[in-house]
Amino acid sequence: MRLLNLLKIAFKAIVLNKMRTLLTMLGIIIGVASVIAMLAIGEGSKESIRTNISAMGSNMITIKAGADVRGGVRQEASVMESLTLSDYEAIKAQSTLLSYSSPVVEGRGQVINGSNNWPSSIYGVNPEYLSIKVVDLQSGSMFTDAEVQTASKVAVIGQTVVDNVFSDGQDPVGQMIRFNNIPFKVIGVLEEKGENTFGQDQDDVVIAPYTTVQKRILAINHLNQIISSAISEEEAPNAVIEVSKILREQHKLTDNDTDDFSVRSMEELISTFSSTSEMLTILLVAVASISLLIGGIGIMNIMYVSVKERTKEIGLRMAVGGKGSDILMQFLIEAILISITGGVLGVLLGLGATVFIEKFLNWPTSVAMYSIVISFAVCAVTGIFFGWYPARKASALDPITALRYE
Amino acid sequence: MSKAIIKIEDLKREFVMGTETVHALKGISFDIKEGEFVTIMGSSGSGKSTMLNILGCLDQPTSGTYDIDGVGVKDLSRNELATIRNEKIGFIFQSYNLLARTSALENVELPLLYNSNVSTEERRKRAIEALEKVGLGDRLQHTPSQLSGGQQQRVAIARSLVNNPVMILADEATGNLDTRTSYEIMSLFQELNKQGITITFVTHEPDIATFSSRTIVLKDGEIMQDYKNHTIQSAANELAKLPKQDH
Repeated sequence: MRLLNLLKIAFKAIVLNKMRTLLTMLGIIIGVASVIAMLAIGEGSKESIRTNISAMGSNMITIKAGADVRGGVRQEASVMESLTLSDYEAIKAQSTLLSYSSPVVEGRGQVINGSNNWPSSIYGVNPEYLSIKVVDLQSGSMFTDAEVQTASKVAVIGQTVVDNVFSDGQDPVGQMIRFNNIPFKVIGVLEEKGENTFGQDQDDVVIAPYTTVQKRILAINHLNQIISSAISEEEAPNAVIEVSKILREQHKLTDNDTDDFSVRSMEELISTFSSTSEMLTILLVAVASISLLIGGIGIMNIMYVSVKERTKEIGLRMAVGGKGSDILMQFLIEAILISITGGVLGVLLGLGATVFIEKFLNWPTSVAMYSIVISFAVCAVTGIFFGWYPARKASALDPITALRYE
Repeated sequence: MSKAIIKIEDLKREFVMGTETVHALKGISFDIKEGEFVTIMGSSGSGKSTMLNILGCLDQPTSGTYDIDGVGVKDLSRNELATIRNEKIGFIFQSYNLLARTSALENVELPLLYNSNVSTEERRKRAIEALEKVGLGDRLQHTPSQLSGGQQQRVAIARSLVNNPVMILADEATGNLDTRTSYEIMSLFQELNKQGITITFVTHEPDIATFSSRTIVLKDGEIMQDYKNHTIQSAANELAKLPKQDH
């Protein structure tokens, strides 16, 4: 029997039972639509989490002096002087996986402006610091490389500092402040970042050229840290390895020596977040898959009823020459037609729901092409899987029994 | 003489019911020749239905031979039996067995759907011809619910004719019809038989047998009588004798 004839028969059976078919399809429609919508929500939140993390400088790499042993006593990183400007220059010159680097020297002290004072931290860095930390200026400008060279007494301050020492609301840019009695000219204000994941106020900072901080405030020659950003999040682990290699060479460490520095990336943080959102997506898809499964069972149920109800018809078809395989195909095609039509409608409904969620609920969504392909494929498979057994049952009927069935 | 379409020799059919074996047919032999109009009669339990199932290739004998149009049926597979039913037999049932909500034309086309040698155009053409033959040329698009019982049975007859079978097998084809309509149907059968179509009619109504050319009477799984009918009644005449309907 030709496939076209079978298609015609199946199509007719569906058209003759419009309401029932539609209700059966509803299970599949809702299943597919929810898979698509759930995946869109999952993908959307994953993307938004990713954006948030990169806003924190997700590809940042921190290099600290450390793991040094003096006379058997492990030393705290901050008291060590093993990280120097030449390390920074070596990293800058040799690394291939870093886009920005900045030396960091830090100290604490009192910020004073007129009668106001506020305890804060000062960070001595270079202009690339802003790119590494992914932070912009709210007003004014960043100091330049030339100002770093000349150890100029200029500073960029965070909003918390502004709030506490410029309490009368005047524009801080162009004003003078003192940090540990050293006068600095405020040339810019950082945009507000709020607290970081660890509860630190990221706006409570004073940023100045590292040369200035080294010479005028801390009177040191070494660096506390070097911070860099890898060219991409994916390359961050490789960049860590590369930097370690450069530093080992730089510090003339032999194979037996342990590192006298530590290099860390934000990798752990990222992997935590992505595994969280991965979990979320899996959870959503699991829930949606259950509704798809229920839709499939709906098809199976209705196909069973259909086979039972049309037993006499099956008998007749067999009597006039329908083979078992013809009957099997007829019911299988019917099931597949129902599930595929349901699938198409489900995709449309899912896309509609996604638009609705995005527009009216303001949730970030992102429809992944693969979700459409997968749910559609699952639909077709559902049709075959759940249609097979009832169809098989129909084809195995004895024509005599079927003809006499009332 | 004309050739034998059906050849049955020492045909037995046994059913095993639990520990008992029921002998439904106990060694039956007869031939049906081309152009014959045979009625197979018998009361219930006579083996009539079993005979019908075997004649219709819906069932197979336990022993003995059954040839239809030169093909031995005994050892055919399910699929081969389906092909025989499709190409050599036209079925007519007591309850018409038309597909509901499906036009007369599509109902008649049904057997040809299962024959991949027949194209869509030919299928349609032959279905229209068959419906015209039974006098329903103007009812092609009517669904069973829009047709009377007699008309529905005519559609079923057209369906049995459409695949040009070697034999039409009717199972109590007038059982659901009133006297007038059943005479109409019988006269249609007689007409078709005159055109050379072989008909086997299974029934328990003795008056139907008077319209056929030969009668086989079964009892307890054996042939009790097998006689030629020398005075065949014309169903058309009987119809004319019936009192006129009031309206």
